[in-house]
Amino acid sequence: MMRLPPFRYLAPKSAQEAAKMLADHAADEAMPVAGGTDLYPNMKRRQFTPRVLVGLSRVENSRGVSGSSNDGITIGGMTTLTRVEQNELLQTHYPAITTAAALVSAPVLRNMGTLGGNLCIDTRCNYYNQSYEWRKSINFCMKKDGEICWVAPSSKRCWAVSSSDTAPVFIALDAECTLVGPDGERRVPVKSLYEHDGIDFLKKKREEILTEIHVPKVNGRRATYLKLRRRDSIDFPILGVAAAIETAKDGTVEKARIVLTAVESAPVEADKAEAVLVGKKLTEDAIEEAASIAYRPAKPLDNTDLTNAYRKKMARVYVARALRELMRAEP
Amino acid sequence: MAEKQHLHLHVNGEPVDVVAPIHNTLLEVLRENLRLTGTKHGCELGECGTCTVLVDGEPVLSCLALPIELQDAEILTVEGLTEDGKAHPLQIAFAETGAAQCGYCTPGILMAAKSLLEKNPSPARREIEEALAGNLCRCTGYIQILQAIERAAAGDVGKPISV
Ligand SMILES: Cc1cc2nc3c(=O)[nH]c(=O)nc-3n(C[C@H](O)[C@H](O)[C@H](O)COP(=O)(O)OP(=O)(O)OC[C@H]3O[C@@H](n4cnc5c(N)ncnc54)[C@H](O)[C@@H]3O)c2cc1C
Ligand code: SF4
Ligand code: FES
Ligand code: FES
Repeated sequence: MMRLPPFRYLAPKSAQEAAKMLADHAADEAMPVAGGTDLYPNMKRRQFTPRVLVGLSRVENSRGVSGSSNDGITIGGMTTLTRVEQNELLQTHYPAITTAAALVSAPVLRNMGTLGGNLCIDTRCNYYNQSYEWRKSINFCMKKDGEICWVAPSSKRCWAVSSSDTAPVFIALDAECTLVGPDGERRVPVKSLYEHDGIDFLKKKREEILTEIHVPKVNGRRATYLKLRRRDSIDFPILGVAAAIETAKDGTVEKARIVLTAVESAPVEADKAEAVLVGKKLTEDAIEEAASIAYRPAKPLDNTDLTNAYRKKMARVYVARALRELMRAEP
Repeated sequence: MAEKQHLHLHVNGEPVDVVAPIHNTLLEVLRENLRLTGTKHGCELGECGTCTVLVDGEPVLSCLALPIELQDAEILTVEGLTEDGKAHPLQIAFAETGAAQCGYCTPGILMAAKSLLEKNPSPARREIEEALAGNLCRCTGYIQILQAIERAAAGDVGKPISV
């Protein structure tokens, strides 16, 4: 059996209490856990061995969806992905969110995994998502227990891949999240949660609990999410493209967001391609031009499934497909 | 340092008391403490679905669940499928269509299928496929499994099989 390492389990009733418990322990000593679908496999592989787990399952008022398309909506961080995917308000007005949630793994996992956990999942790499013995046999790597990066041996940083399916969508929707610490809370753009570093990939403080995600009013913004993976039924993304646009009455693009995931250690916004679209109508030419620019910041390395050259090519294809979907959805 | 905990669980309709280390998963407690070895362990990493049990009617992966969080919940394992010693229609349908070969994936798939049929008594094939997306089978090629679930849903258990 692949067993969890021993830990003490604390069950706070509020996010602030949870943050205090985490702050009371040194880094690495204590971690929060929600659904555990990302953390427990990692703990079984000894990528994390916290002595204390702060379980969020009893935190009150941390689940559910509230608000409206006119005022914006708030989703509790502990809402399961199944609940997100099945929420009618989200299905009707924010289909990109329910699409992305429904594309995470399989239904049985989505019954357990939460949205807050999804936004905080560990970065992934073929040299890292392996058993302790496997990792030991290659003398480990920089992300855990070792010195060098096997993907980019001369690199000073780890290039493990940001793999959340929902993060790019929330960034494309200009969403924010509430982080609760021991002494209070703050609200930050989801985009600013992420860092281009496979090890320190989250910019929040380690004791901060993500309690809510806030999505602005729809305001005519149309969004979509496309995901590439080997097995459509269960795999993590090896490329994800979230795209969103707002258009004037005559169809001229006023705002555009194109966010790629699984191409770097953080979601990547293709701002040059976004700028190309603004002021234009979403024609086939404009889409091709934007796609030819958007895939450039993607730096897939040889550390996930399928070849990096193919994934880079597909970034261009998927951006064009996503934009075409938005073109067809013209109101 | 393995802290043991007194756990009060509800398994297959009965209250059970267990003393187990907190870090033991539901899968471990079911198999090792309660000797309910019908629930199988495969990958133990959330990838294969063979450890699927129902928690308040919803399929979850017991290899990634902590019993301490489930003390208020109703846990159903494959052992709880039979009623008065009689096999569940899904179990009979699996036997009839040959949906189990080595049988390793079967307990997990039966539980996922039971949950599906309770919510959606006559699912389309696509809906069955989606509900079972997290349950891998290395033997059958899935066709007989899908047929068995359709057979159970249609109430055709016991009728001759048309090939
Ligand atoms: C087989 C398999 C396939 C998967 N496929 C996908 C996939 O396709 N796409 C995808 O995006 N994910 C995938 N996942 C990862 C994971 O299941 C989901 O991302 C899930 O939503 C994680 O949520 P959780 O509640 O289980 O997180 P947990 O495992 O509980 O936590 C994940 C991390 O976030 C931290 N954390 C959790 N909640 C909070 C919070 N509220 N505030 C602060 N920190 C928090 C934890 O400390 C931990 O570091 C997969 C996992 C498995 C095992
Ligand atoms: S990118 Fe390099 S350092 Fe990071 S997990 Fe992979 S091999 Fe290790
Ligand atoms: S043993 Fe639980 S999913 Fe494989
Ligand atoms: S019958 Fe052997 S794995 Fe499914």
